[in-house]
Amino acid sequence: MKSTALSLSVLAALALGSASAQTTVKIATLSPLSGGQSDLGTQIRNGAQLAVNEYKAQFQKLGMNLQLTAYDDQADPATGTAQARKIAADRSILAVVGTLNSGVAIPSSQALVSSRVAMVSPANTANNVTDRGLSNMNRIVARDDAQGPAGANFLADNLKAKKVYLINDKTAYGEGLTKEVEKALKAKGVQVVGNEGTEEKSDFSSIVAKIRLQRPDAVYFGGIYNQIGVFIKQLREAGITTPVMGGDGMDSSELATIAGKGATNIYFTTVAAPIDALPAAKTFAANFQKTFKDQAQGFAAFGYDAAKVVLQGILAAHKANGNKVPSRTQVESAIRKGNFTGLLSGNVSFNSVGDRKSATLYVMNVQGGKYRLSARLPVRPARQ
Amino acid sequence: MDLATLLPFLVNVIAGGLVLGFVYAIIALGYTMVYGVLQLINFAHSEVFVTGAVVGFEVFRVLTPSPMNGYLKLLIALLAAMLISGTLNVLIERLAYRPLRNAPKLVPLITAIGVSLILQDVLRLIEGFQGRFDLTYTLPEGFSGKFCGEGSSCVALGNTLRTIGLDLQLKDVILIAVSLLSLGVLNYLVNRTRLGKAIRAVAQDRVTAGLMGIDSNRMISATFLIGGALGGISGVLFGMKFGTVNAYSGFDPGIIAFTAAVLGGIGSIPGAVLGGLTLGVIQNLIGVTNIFGGLLGIANLEAIDASYQRIGAFIVLVLILIFKPTGLLGKSNVEKV
Repeated sequence: MKSTALSLSVLAALALGSASAQTTVKIATLSPLSGGQSDLGTQIRNGAQLAVNEYKAQFQKLGMNLQLTAYDDQADPATGTAQARKIAADRSILAVVGTLNSGVAIPSSQALVSSRVAMVSPANTANNVTDRGLSNMNRIVARDDAQGPAGANFLADNLKAKKVYLINDKTAYGEGLTKEVEKALKAKGVQVVGNEGTEEKSDFSSIVAKIRLQRPDAVYFGGIYNQIGVFIKQLREAGITTPVMGGDGMDSSELATIAGKGATNIYFTTVAAPIDALPAAKTFAANFQKTFKDQAQGFAAFGYDAAKVVLQGILAAHKANGNKVPSRTQVESAIRKGNFTGLLSGNVSFNSVGDRKSATLYVMNVQGGKYRLSARLPVRPARQ
Repeated sequence: MDLATLLPFLVNVIAGGLVLGFVYAIIALGYTMVYGVLQLINFAHSEVFVTGAVVGFEVFRVLTPSPMNGYLKLLIALLAAMLISGTLNVLIERLAYRPLRNAPKLVPLITAIGVSLILQDVLRLIEGFQGRFDLTYTLPEGFSGKFCGEGSSCVALGNTLRTIGLDLQLKDVILIAVSLLSLGVLNYLVNRTRLGKAIRAVAQDRVTAGLMGIDSNRMISATFLIGGALGGISGVLFGMKFGTVNAYSGFDPGIIAFTAAVLGGIGSIPGAVLGGLTLGVIQNLIGVTNIFGGLLGIANLEAIDASYQRIGAFIVLVLILIFKPTGLLGKSNVEKV
């Protein structure tokens, strides 16, 4: 290790000596490129690659040869941490775009914090990703605790619900989310006529009977699409057309498939906007299609945005460092303190712990099996 | 809330429980048949049942574009599921239980759990190859409608039923009819035919039956065939009722159906049915306890919601077994010396 670091610094010294020579500057992506979630992970990598392609020339002019290295975390915390150590060892990597899973982001950012490698996450929503207050961990999507209040506001303001029936799937995710919704609903004076948990995956007849008796204006189900899909199907078969809302656990095209004819009047909040809901994403989508022969999805746009935050951060640090290649520490603080513009999801700046100061939650609506954007809800983290 | 709204609600809850109970009952028959003959708990039965559900899904999927009558499609699905699940069950017995028949009782029990896990992943693999996980049933058009709904000749009856709260779907009625029919056939088969007599003889005493010229291996295979076929039927009914299954869907209903068999008195055919229906209704009643708690103003009852419906059913099982260890309809074994 020592000898490579030494030879690198020699190389860097040589590079500074001759005007034409370039210093290699790398950014990394850390996302699942194999396994069940590789589809989403690859989208993140490809989105970041597009940003790198865009900035290559600009870096070239400043004497930096910009490259992207993709690391595969297999959506696994242990693998992600091992990869993070590899990233820390490669001194030419200045910052990381990643990860997809909060469970991977938490130990990986911990592994990178001592070597001051900044991470900008395009996808992690768990509160604890930034609540630990690490100097290197940032995210450009909304936090989990924003979903509950946003869902409750949508129920009260947009759906004009006066009585809401709450269900959760008895997991940490579903129960926590529903608790937040309940709190926010009560604060708005909305009546909660039922609140229960169920692990049932196929038979919802007793709950459906209760909903029929209570006649709520809306149902909120904190859970995952495969359970909620079956529930909605049975609810609609019983002739109940009440709107059903939930969190990003419902964000799957499978939801409509499972609910079948019942896939109507459904709403859910999500952090990954569908690509056509983002302003200025049209060129990006076309570019993505041309480069990767694949359709861009939400996470590609957020991978692109996260990479742009990283690249603009490096450029700002470069300038602040007297037009010399910045150190990791300089990049880290430039990202935390900077204002980033020209992104698909709007401008980005971070608070003291790395949460985006003003993020957006998207409310999707399913009608007749078709998904479309219903509302954009601006959300702010508690700390500014 | 007054009686006029509460009564239909209660009827609706009990009816829902009965429909559910018929699904449990017919799965429970698969457990009870095998147990009755071999004193073996065939834990792979829940996967035999899911296999039936998968076969049903495939038949409905393949037949969806054809203009064939919906009931004919259902019949084909049922027959195919019976055939494949029955054959699978016979193969399981031949490969996993027969070689261990004289081993201690614990050994085939463990094998059964092993077979169950293997089958889960095989099913997932088969469907996964085609990019599917949650299999969503596409039923023939009319099946998702109401029983005695708009456009049928019995609207008046339908309206009467609805005023007392019995708002049945056509597929619920089909489910009950198919369950009752299979029960009737099974009952006839076991009690009135030579095959049934032979199976009962093997169940009573395998060695003596053998001395009387009954090929006990063939009878055991026949039992597994019948049990598997029932599993196939229940799989299709389950898929039809709830709309979706995946390779791991069998565990929950399997455990409950097994409980139903024990509750009714394992080894007893009417017991399995009674156990299934009881558990279905109890589950649904426990699921709505909080409504009654709210009405009666009892805060402790209000806390009992749908999340307790499983555990409630098991508490009932424990209570019944404490007071009647053989189950509701089970007979105690009198050992003759």
